[in-house]
Amino acid sequence: MDNHGHQNHHDHENHGNHDEHHHEESFVSKYIFSMDHKTISRQFLITAVIMAFIAMMMSFLFRLQLAWPGEHFKIINFFLGDKWGKDGMLDPGMYMALVTIHGTVMVFMVLTGGLSGTFSNLLIPYQIGARDMASGFLNMLSYWFFFLSSAVMLSAFFIETGPASGGWTVYPPLSALPQAMDGSKLGMTLWLVSMSLFIVSSLLGGLNYIVTIINLRTKGMSMTRLPLTIWAFFVTAILGVLSFPVLFSAALLLIFDRSFGTSFYLSDIYIGGQALEQTGGSPILYEHLFWFLGHPEVYIIILPALGLTSEIISVNSRKPIFGYRAMIGSIMAIGFLSFIVWGHHMFITGMNPFLGSVFVFTTLLIAIPSAVKAFNYITTLWKGNIRFTPAMLFAIGLVSTFISGGLTGIILADSALDIPIHDTYFVVAHFHIVMGVSAILGMCAGVYHWFPKLFLRHMNKKLGYIHFWGTFISAYGVFFPMHFLGLAGVPRRYYSNSAFPMFDNLIDINVLITCFAILGALTQVVFLFNFFYSMFRGPKSEQNPWNSNTLEWTTPMAHTHGNWPGALPTVYRWPYDYSKPGKSQDFVPQTLPLEEGEVDGGGH
Amino acid sequence: MIKFLVYVAIILTALAIGYLVRVFELASSLKGNKPEEVTEKDNRLMSKIMLAFLFVLFAFVIWNLKSFVPRMLPEAASSHGKDLDWLFNFNMAILFFVFTITHILLFYFSYKYYGRKDRVATYFPHDNKLEMIWTVIPAIVLAVIVIYGIKTWNKITELADPNSTVIEIYAKQFDWTARYAGADNKLGASNYKLINATNDLGMDSTSAEGQDDIILKNEIHLPVNKEVEFKFRSRDVIHSAFFPHFRAQMNCVPGMTTMLHFTPTITTADMRKKPEVIEQMRGINTVRSKRQIGVGEFKAGDEKPVDFDYILLCNKICGNSHYNMQMTIVIDSEEDYKKWLASKKPYYQKEKVAVTAQK
Repeated sequence: MDNHGHQNHHDHENHGNHDEHHHEESFVSKYIFSMDHKTISRQFLITAVIMAFIAMMMSFLFRLQLAWPGEHFKIINFFLGDKWGKDGMLDPGMYMALVTIHGTVMVFMVLTGGLSGTFSNLLIPYQIGARDMASGFLNMLSYWFFFLSSAVMLSAFFIETGPASGGWTVYPPLSALPQAMDGSKLGMTLWLVSMSLFIVSSLLGGLNYIVTIINLRTKGMSMTRLPLTIWAFFVTAILGVLSFPVLFSAALLLIFDRSFGTSFYLSDIYIGGQALEQTGGSPILYEHLFWFLGHPEVYIIILPALGLTSEIISVNSRKPIFGYRAMIGSIMAIGFLSFIVWGHHMFITGMNPFLGSVFVFTTLLIAIPSAVKAFNYITTLWKGNIRFTPAMLFAIGLVSTFISGGLTGIILADSALDIPIHDTYFVVAHFHIVMGVSAILGMCAGVYHWFPKLFLRHMNKKLGYIHFWGTFISAYGVFFPMHFLGLAGVPRRYYSNSAFPMFDNLIDINVLITCFAILGALTQVVFLFNFFYSMFRGPKSEQNPWNSNTLEWTTPMAHTHGNWPGALPTVYRWPYDYSKPGKSQDFVPQTLPLEEGEVDGGGH
Repeated sequence: MIKFLVYVAIILTALAIGYLVRVFELASSLKGNKPEEVTEKDNRLMSKIMLAFLFVLFAFVIWNLKSFVPRMLPEAASSHGKDLDWLFNFNMAILFFVFTITHILLFYFSYKYYGRKDRVATYFPHDNKLEMIWTVIPAIVLAVIVIYGIKTWNKITELADPNSTVIEIYAKQFDWTARYAGADNKLGASNYKLINATNDLGMDSTSAEGQDDIILKNEIHLPVNKEVEFKFRSRDVIHSAFFPHFRAQMNCVPGMTTMLHFTPTITTADMRKKPEVIEQMRGINTVRSKRQIGVGEFKAGDEKPVDFDYILLCNKICGNSHYNMQMTIVIDSEEDYKKWLASKKPYYQKEKVAVTAQK
């Protein structure tokens, strides 16, 4: 397996003397319209942390309503005013808007833009040994489109009719017809504008990541010497580039239907006392287009988190990641399969039952590479020498939630079983655990682990421990009982479950969930404090605080443009030589040449 | 004023925590250790919490199962629902087994192999045999799951028996309307352009098959042990007709007709006599009796005891009152059903009567 020496020998020498013609940068070019991957990464992260906090506050408000329906809460009035929170009682339309925007912000702004944007930007150039992204300018545009998109999304809270409120999937005709509800008026237009901007951001970022990984790897950095983080970002970027344009087409057709009288999604509709002219369209077309993005999207969310976890588990177990090549294979298999499973979101739309069977088959196939990943993580821990940094705790937490949430996915993928639980709280519990919680845990793991590279300092360890256990316990506390609501038949997106007696005896489950949600939210305040405090006052980090092998830890602890002051490092080995027998220390950086007779890539 | 004090308190608390952290950090750096460094003591503590968490998690899971499962949907009241419940339990048993094994391994390893200065991790980069095992075994288990799943799915989705009772369920914001096909068991033609204040479903009065159609709201009755074929239409947005007790669901999509059929197997009267249902209703009525009318959203009547009923819900977000779009379903014995149906007049007959009365 000695593939050293057969690599693409890019000539980076012309970049080598980058820092010689360094010029004083203004505040604007350094911190705002920066083209440096590290600054852009921090911009993405800080925006995402703020957006995550806002989205979490939204969930807090609607959780209050679910546990204590119709109760008066001053805090609801405080945030939503008399229009949507009169006497502290949440308005039903606003409830829908909150769940919609919570979902959209979490899925797109936090876990797609925030997660990929932060860590792809930070780690791709660092870990492949490049001076920066292939195009710094596109990278900068990617962030600013993302920022605009986030701003437009939130601006909908300040308009008369409120934000979009048709659920984060915004199915037409509900989202296409302003007559259907207030949330389908201007708020929906803003949602579509925001998503279009987001798609531009995502494509600019994704193309950049792909080009950078393919072209700018340093000498010796073959594809099979890339850390799994980079593999995950690479496949994620490909998924995004292939699927986001389809969402864009879905959004575009919806804009046409809303504003220009076309009927792509509309047919035979009578609403607001009049029969519409549009005929011949089908809302099911939208569902196909949406989920053609929507399903790869959940892997766009979870793959980077899994990539970060692979690296963190390996470094902190002081062991090579188990089955490196199998992990790459799994990432690619998941990426490929994610494109042919979208129909499992549509089993009860009246689709041809045979087509349903096909989607059952392809969906359950994904469980195989996912199982391989889970078992490989567990085996990596086996006989390790585990260092429990906060990042490591979050990574182990991710493995747990990825398994728990993935298992219930097997139930939902089964078209027959999906019939009675489709769109119930069982689904909400499933996807929150498998992609929401898991990806957030992965993101937190990444923040704690790479904080020294992001801000040159450490986060507080003890607060990190509190943050992890609070988050992990409340995640299970919130989402495990939620499965039972679904099995009792409670539909999602219900403002109140007491319009009929059937669910009256489940109210204590909702109270339990809300209590854990409040605990979880309070724990995030600890994180916020730790994050912003450590950014300025945390203890300064050494160059390689975790004794890692990867290239980012060979750069000086300063934010210099071009990353490495001298020539780019040359890579001689895979990144996972931890505790290799016959070595003086338990890690061997990738820049250390192979000794005579030493085999690369896990052979020994 | 109070608001202002709250803000001041929040800011002061944040500052206090900040200084506390700073003090701890300075104190530990005075002692010569780095506050960010993970010590063996930390590792030992975290590994113990990991193990404790394993037990707490399983205790929580078992407590959840024990206290929540009795409140799940009662026994399926349709013939295919019984197959589904069996399949669900079968899959759940497999998944629960995997959940248990993987979590024990994950947290036990985290406990056992915590970092110590005198230990070295084992260099174990890959093992083809092991990897083969956990590729092939999940593949086999999944194959079983897929085969049983698709078999059940095919059975549920095969074409309805031509003799089954045809009923149209018509959805709009925010209620359901049912149309029984009448004596000829055929639904009359309809067109959305014909909808007006008196013709809610847009029925075509020239359609011969529609003359005997019966239109009902709020409550419908179905005969036990006889297959019913539902045809779904929607007037405005996508709704989803969800029959939780019968384990059946189908979207209602404007512009197209979707279909679904099932055979109810337990009458409403029989269901009310089942011990598990009696137990559930006791729970529901206890919660209701404790309600304080006027507090929160509860209106007069919300505290009264109720008896079990089958229900049809909307399960696709359809607007602000999505949560309150329901219809009661009553499963009758064959004779009761016939008696009930005989008391209902076809739409056109009713309308004629109404028109004559106006004159």
